[in-house]
Amino acid sequence: MLKTFRLGGVHPHDHKISKDAAIRIFDVPKTATIPLGQHIGAPATVAVKKGDKVLVGDIIGTATGFVSANIHSSVSGTVTGVDAVPDGGNLRKPAVTIAVEGDEWNPAIDRTDTLIKECTLEPKEIIAKIAAAGVVGLGGATFPTQVKLSVPPGKKVEMLIINGVECEPYLTADYRLMLEHAEELLVGCEILMRALGVEQCRIGIENNKPEAIRHLNEILGSGKYHQGISVVPLKMRYPQGGEKQLIAAITGREVPSGGLPIDVGAVVQNVGTTYAVYQAVQKNRPIVDRVVTVTGKQLGQPSNLLVRIGTPISALIEACGGMPADTGKIINGGPMMGRAMANIDAPVTKGTSGVLLMKTEESLRKAEMPCIQCAKCVDACPMGLEPFLISKLSRLGLYDRLEKERTTDCIECGCCSFTCPSNLPLLDYIRLGKAETMKIIRARQAK
Amino acid sequence: MNETLIYTIAILVGLGLIAAVVLYFVAQKFKVYEDPRIDETEARLPGANCGGCGFPGCRGMAEALVKNDDISALYCPVGGAPTMKAVAEYLGKAVAEKEPQVAVVRCGGTLCNRARTNTFDGARSCAVEAALYGGETGCTFGCLGNGDCTRVCNFDAIHMNPETGLPEVDEEKCTACGACVKACPKNIIELRKKGPKGRRVYVNCVNKDKGAVTRKACSVGCIGCGKCVKTCPFEAITLENNLAYIDPAKCRLCRKCVAVCPTGAIVEVNFPPRPAEKPAPKPAEAAQPVAKTAAVTENAPAQETKTAEEGGEQHA
Amino acid sequence: MSNRIVAPSPHLHGDFSTPRIMRDVVIALIPAFAFSVFIYGLSAVFVTGIAILSCMLFEWLIDRFMLRRASTLGDWSAVVTGTLLAFNLPANISPWLVILGSLVAIGIGKMSFGGLGRNLFNPALVGRVFLLISFPVQMTLFPDTAGVDAITGATPLAFVKEALKTGTPVTEIMPNIDLGGMLLGFKDGSMGEIGALALLLGGIYLLIRKVITWRIPVFVLGSMFVFASILWLADPQEYMNPLFHLFAGGAMLGAIFMATDYVTSPMSKAGQAIYAIGIGVITILIRVWGAYPEGISFAILIMNATVPLINMYVKPSRFGGRTPKKK
Repeated sequence: MLKTFRLGGVHPHDHKISKDAAIRIFDVPKTATIPLGQHIGAPATVAVKKGDKVLVGDIIGTATGFVSANIHSSVSGTVTGVDAVPDGGNLRKPAVTIAVEGDEWNPAIDRTDTLIKECTLEPKEIIAKIAAAGVVGLGGATFPTQVKLSVPPGKKVEMLIINGVECEPYLTADYRLMLEHAEELLVGCEILMRALGVEQCRIGIENNKPEAIRHLNEILGSGKYHQGISVVPLKMRYPQGGEKQLIAAITGREVPSGGLPIDVGAVVQNVGTTYAVYQAVQKNRPIVDRVVTVTGKQLGQPSNLLVRIGTPISALIEACGGMPADTGKIINGGPMMGRAMANIDAPVTKGTSGVLLMKTEESLRKAEMPCIQCAKCVDACPMGLEPFLISKLSRLGLYDRLEKERTTDCIECGCCSFTCPSNLPLLDYIRLGKAETMKIIRARQAK
Repeated sequence: MNETLIYTIAILVGLGLIAAVVLYFVAQKFKVYEDPRIDETEARLPGANCGGCGFPGCRGMAEALVKNDDISALYCPVGGAPTMKAVAEYLGKAVAEKEPQVAVVRCGGTLCNRARTNTFDGARSCAVEAALYGGETGCTFGCLGNGDCTRVCNFDAIHMNPETGLPEVDEEKCTACGACVKACPKNIIELRKKGPKGRRVYVNCVNKDKGAVTRKACSVGCIGCGKCVKTCPFEAITLENNLAYIDPAKCRLCRKCVAVCPTGAIVEVNFPPRPAEKPAPKPAEAAQPVAKTAAVTENAPAQETKTAEEGGEQHA
Repeated sequence: MSNRIVAPSPHLHGDFSTPRIMRDVVIALIPAFAFSVFIYGLSAVFVTGIAILSCMLFEWLIDRFMLRRASTLGDWSAVVTGTLLAFNLPANISPWLVILGSLVAIGIGKMSFGGLGRNLFNPALVGRVFLLISFPVQMTLFPDTAGVDAITGATPLAFVKEALKTGTPVTEIMPNIDLGGMLLGFKDGSMGEIGALALLLGGIYLLIRKVITWRIPVFVLGSMFVFASILWLADPQEYMNPLFHLFAGGAMLGAIFMATDYVTSPMSKAGQAIYAIGIGVITILIRVWGAYPEGISFAILIMNATVPLINMYVKPSRFGGRTPKKK
């Protein structure tokens, strides 16, 4: 019996059409637009000004406070402006634009492919290096990694969990990393284990990626790596890649309401993040690029590209066969949790795990019908909530009851809207109610 | 048969009597003393329970009115001055006079003024759309057109105009309770002084983008050129974040700003048609009747765009 | 550029839809329908046809002239209500009663609450119980399953009830009861409730199509079985064999098709269990001690009334344990 989480979940078709496309290094763009807020938390404070010359890997934004991350230049050239630039949703956000000249790297960065296994740094030094490199959760949540690794006093970590689930349909960036950079990944695991002081590490992979499971098991079988690391094959089910669901699937422990993974002794890191940790600690290489899956049923050449941060998304689509005529929706991320874009000239950021093109026909929502109380949303909710109810309460603005119904537990996975036979926009309203309830709770706590 | 009937009646009547006695004693025991003036005050309030006064319903307002000695800070926007006067007379307290207000939708981004660049396909709610992204047009400040404001209005005073895609306020019905102001996630709706005979001059835009960006997104947006600020003889206009704002307390309704605005973002409502000898650029403009509704009045004189272009380009 | 679509996530939708679910229910009812045609012949087709058509007509009329909205026939729920109502009627019933029952089912049972999704009670059962109370004679005279003499015929439940009332011990009644035949459907009764096996077949189809979950049918039948067993073990002379209760009357139809109605059943798994056990227990209570030989319709309607309360107090199992963390 393969492991999986206890409550809810849905089974969308996985459509991993780009899974056999090897990671391709994408050209350096002519100009790069690097937003200062690419992570959860405070945007970085700009550290350059118009006219400055920068090299690849130079810091252009420094972390503002604890929950924030450094931003590095992904190209070499001249800063042409620090300005508000429209993001994928057309909202203007501060960003540094750089006109590219050549491709010169900061000399401190080791750009060779040689694998460096040894790491003798102290946990504190490792975390400092990760923070300096601006590593954030590359699965899409973009939570600063050093914050996750800083265990609060009184809490004990028992297990590191590596998230190789990639439960979002279509996306294959993590899968390709596991196949092509398995050794670096495992060194990354060892570094993270060292930083956390744990002896156990589980890599969770869904069973729709048997090659990745086999490949990692083969390398681990050679005995070169820490004996505490093992691969856990999981039954395919969305949203298994959710942090709480993954911990539940692997350890059987459920993070209490309002709690953090650390409350059940676990720390979860994504595969891409682990690879970035290896690069940051062993090679001094900050996050200047990331693997992006560019895919879609009607796209000419679905690919996995290694893209510099700040490259316009439209350039990626051009390189993968051009924009198909019948494109209704362009999504930054996966189809379940990604954001539909209004502006495709927006840049690739640390959180861009994929670019998905959908046909107009698939893109449009179907007409809403009355709720028939079928309870399919209740059965699908991985957090054990009642989406039909909290959606309605959100519409009515009954925030006291929303709090009682534990709306703030919602992980916005979209299972409820996915499964609703009446095509109701359940999550649209739940998100509103959740945000408002959080605001009220925070205001109360501030008192 | 007869006996059954009598028994039934007797038992039911008996039960009724016992219940009545129990009810009476319970009511006596749990009686709560309440100032009878609260009921009387509440009867004088409009009973709309809109919350516009800041209290949960008219009852809450009535309690506050009775309890507080100084009620000058309390105001019922629905009933307005007459209601407050009646209440004050009844309670024997002084009340502050307030000028009547009206909700004003500050966006002129009609379907033809503001091109749609994408289609929003989520739940028909401005709040949902605003939380997701910048909206269907290049202007990320303007009206989203899903009508959240119309749904919260208790007085049927604000409606979407399907032709313009913007909400329109019915001045007769609007009580300035402020429900729509709170509902609008873009903060477009403002309560403004109704003005003498309903005459008002205001900036019909909330776009804080730079002039060039605004101009590209919408033909009647405020580009922050500052001409109105210089023209205003009463220092009623301020310019902040590329956006002009007319302070209703200082504005004397001279309408000089309306004439100089290059994009027509400043509008005047409920004024009689301008006489022909006024320095209107063309007689056609003067003859044009002024629209009666507040929100979408576009007195944006196309003829003035000439000066406009100069001003705008200078700024950009 | 202007055809670009922007919407909040998720951007995928499962293949469920309300019409599809309703159509699946209709498909699942086909075996039972075929069986009743086999037993009762054309009159079964006739009654079912009238019930479906009049339900659809009343829904359309009410949409059009009373609620003044677009027709809601497209969701197929009127078809389901019509079929279920017909299944709860004797095959030889007067067409006028079928039409009246449809009017009550759709008009009072469903549309007066605001249409699909808002009704408190199962519409088909509202129609049925209305007819049962108003026209008890017509509703309890069933054509003989042999089809020869189309006037009399008491259901096994009525037969047993009558016999027990006169003091006949169970051992003397049992030889007259053919449990195997009852399972196959050779018993007298309403059109749809006679073929227990055909109904089970439909139930399995609904389970495979994931229209229903196993919970409600299993808990209804299970609790009936357990409760009847307790009585039977206490006094086998006074109380019937529990298997008899499962196969008799509308137990299968009720458990699989009526109690599982989405709108009128609770949302959480625990709530569904409570609701289903309630139906099972009340059914047996009515069958054994009540005035009517069959009680599942009443049992379902009674439990329907408790659904809002169950939904309010019985919450689904939450992630991370049940006790909310204290602030």
